[in-house]
Amino acid sequence: MLRVNDTPLEFEAGMTVRDILRRRNYVWRMIAVYVNGELVPRTTYDTRQVPDGADVKVIHQIAGG
Amino acid sequence: MSVAYDYKVRTEYKGDVPRLRAAHTVVAEFPFQASLPIRGYTRRTLFIDLDTMSVREKPVTEEMIDIFTGGRGFGMYYLWHAITPETKWNDPANEIIISPGPIAGNPQYAGSGKSLVVTISPMTGIPIDCNVGGYFGPLLKFCGFDALEIRGKAKADTVIFIDGPSGLIRLEEAPEETPDSHVAAEVFTHMYAADAKDLQNVSVVSAGKAAETAYMGCLNFSWYDPKRGAVRLKQAGRGGTGTVFRDKRLKALVVRGPKMGPNLNNAADLPSVIRVGRIINQEIHDHDDEQCRMRRQGTAHLVEIMDAYDLLPVHNFQYGKHLDTHRIDSQVWDKRFTQAVPDRCWYGCGMACSKGADGHIVRTGPYKGHIVTVDGPEYENVGGLASNCGLFDPDWLLEVNFYCDTYGIDTISYGTTCAFIMECWEKGILNAERTGGIDLSWGNGESEVELLHQMWRGEGFGVHVGKGVRYLQDLFIENGWGDPQFIRDIGMQIKGLEISQYMSKESLAQQGGYALANKGPQHDEAWLIFMDMVNNQIPTFEDKAEALHYFPLFRTWFGLQGLCKLPWNDIEPPDNHEKYPGPEAAKVPAHVDNYLALYTGITGRPLDRASLLEQSERVYNFQRVFNLRMGQGVRAFDMPPYRAMGPVTKAEYESRAERYDAQLKDIVGIDPAGKSTEEKMALHRQWRTDRYNRLVDAVYKRRGWTPNGVPTLETLKKLRIDFPEVVEVVKAHQE
Ligand code: SF4
Repeated sequence: MLRVNDTPLEFEAGMTVRDILRRRNYVWRMIAVYVNGELVPRTTYDTRQVPDGADVKVIHQIAGG
Repeated sequence: MSVAYDYKVRTEYKGDVPRLRAAHTVVAEFPFQASLPIRGYTRRTLFIDLDTMSVREKPVTEEMIDIFTGGRGFGMYYLWHAITPETKWNDPANEIIISPGPIAGNPQYAGSGKSLVVTISPMTGIPIDCNVGGYFGPLLKFCGFDALEIRGKAKADTVIFIDGPSGLIRLEEAPEETPDSHVAAEVFTHMYAADAKDLQNVSVVSAGKAAETAYMGCLNFSWYDPKRGAVRLKQAGRGGTGTVFRDKRLKALVVRGPKMGPNLNNAADLPSVIRVGRIINQEIHDHDDEQCRMRRQGTAHLVEIMDAYDLLPVHNFQYGKHLDTHRIDSQVWDKRFTQAVPDRCWYGCGMACSKGADGHIVRTGPYKGHIVTVDGPEYENVGGLASNCGLFDPDWLLEVNFYCDTYGIDTISYGTTCAFIMECWEKGILNAERTGGIDLSWGNGESEVELLHQMWRGEGFGVHVGKGVRYLQDLFIENGWGDPQFIRDIGMQIKGLEISQYMSKESLAQQGGYALANKGPQHDEAWLIFMDMVNNQIPTFEDKAEALHYFPLFRTWFGLQGLCKLPWNDIEPPDNHEKYPGPEAAKVPAHVDNYLALYTGITGRPLDRASLLEQSERVYNFQRVFNLRMGQGVRAFDMPPYRAMGPVTKAEYESRAERYDAQLKDIVGIDPAGKSTEEKMALHRQWRTDRYNRLVDAVYKRRGWTPNGVPTLETLKKLRIDFPEVVEVVKAHQE
């Protein structure tokens, strides 16, 4: 199990940051992703695998409004 | 929508200028000494009394600058001194104040050309403030005035012409022109410009004819777009500014300023201003395409994003997404907007987001067959006039958008009001007999436009609609047309102003952002949905209260200075999240530092992050006391309708039953199994209302207010706004 923005998400082996964004339908472009506190470079979302039990934060920057 | 539109072709009205001008009568003329500001201030303002057709100058004191800064602050200061607690919006004593703020006018930093409009609102009965683009405010300042204050009522339709280069102010009776703004702005720009080169130095403020019958009238501020050869419009939209304007029988305010230059503000430290200006414009240039795409799509880029997060209002805020959203999303507008020209509503703004849809052939009404440029649609217009009303046809949206603007109707209030009456139609509260035959089925764009035409003609159901949700709620309840509680629950207004186009049901902080806003529920005070609902960064009441302290104050600051909010956080430095992990990133600290440098660079006055907030906090609390002085400004006026907080109907609950059931189980601690939808809805209502009240307690405490929402005497003292007349207002409320 993962924690994504402090809510649980089922873990699957080989899951990447991109998979998490898809599962949560996080389509906003202005985001920053942290895995266990470490900022993940945007260019590695497709390849960066996330370990089981990870604490993932997907921070959506405010815009609009 | 795949036709190529020629951005230079449109119906022209300027040919009529000689005839129209010949009908003018000069009522009064006043010479004045034009001057440029020094360090952002001219140190005088212009006062015009339409009762006596007189004009005089007022000095700007050091205390005004120190306490009220400028822009919205000056507006609140003048309005406070002009009226009494009994003054209504349509009393001659009510004023319209337009003030640009000290930073407004330099072209180096993106978004530096805004004007602030303040008046007593016909919708709310309390002060409204609007932040608007176009050139009027900066040109007013470059004629020599930090604000324009207008009181009284003219006896006939009047144009006020402030002519800086000639040093003359003229009040003219103008009987022939239509006030409809796409015509009026073009006609008056050409009428008062000295020649073709001078067109960019003229700006017009006007409100269309529907603002004469509606309470939700808006003001259109113009700027001349030389690439299109067209006069463009931006709106001071909220709260009925245009209604007050037409009630004063103002047909137009026209300012003619000097030729624009790089430093007409006489900045204290121009190199600093240039330095931060380069930083922001480079960021926009390098990163806008991968971030918000404001330069191609304006705020319309948000449509599909809001839909994806269940935040796009659909069918009067019942739902947050719709299968047909793709028909009105940013891809549509990317193609429909003219991309060949930069659309900036002030010089030098690299964000250039004031997009235009050229070549719209008007389908209905007095301008049927004309070819016009529609300014926008922006996100709010798509959310309000389209999805919230179940309309997913871009051409009808353009038609409604065009007529709202030219007739002088606030698109946000109108969208939310149309959505309300369409739901009333669906639920049988309204029918053809009650609407005079207007069919209000979801998605009926033709009816949306026809109601506008009725407002313009001053007849039919449209005249009621133009008075907004609160008026209609009272009317329907008085007529016994439906369950009063239901009508109250689904009417999306707070303080009498319609809620703007974001779903707040799942964001408690945004419920507070809307309902605790001084002027009424406009998102420009606080937009916290992502931080709260998606990022889960402000989980406790205290966290949310801190956000509802900081962000409204920070955003107020733009209105004091004459700045646009968009270049603050619709672009961000690529290393923002690396440098500032956690909630701090939402403040975009690097941009805050730019603003400190910009302010000091223009005014020569030091400013740090704390004193920036204090500038805002003074005006913000003063405005709260102003509300109290007008008989409002306490907790009872800060309550949202239940539709803004949770599901009102069974259909709403059942459409998101999984979410709502899980909330009952995981957060409220009640197992929903075996309970009926009605029972679960009642439990939700209790829980949601209770947590909203707890949020309000926390926010009032953080803001230094009493449990009833009144600034304490200590707060007023700390902020140095404990003037005797202010203390007098609050002292009876210090429980
Ligand atoms: S960001 Fe857009 S609205 Fe703001 S000043 Fe620039 S062009 Fe105008």
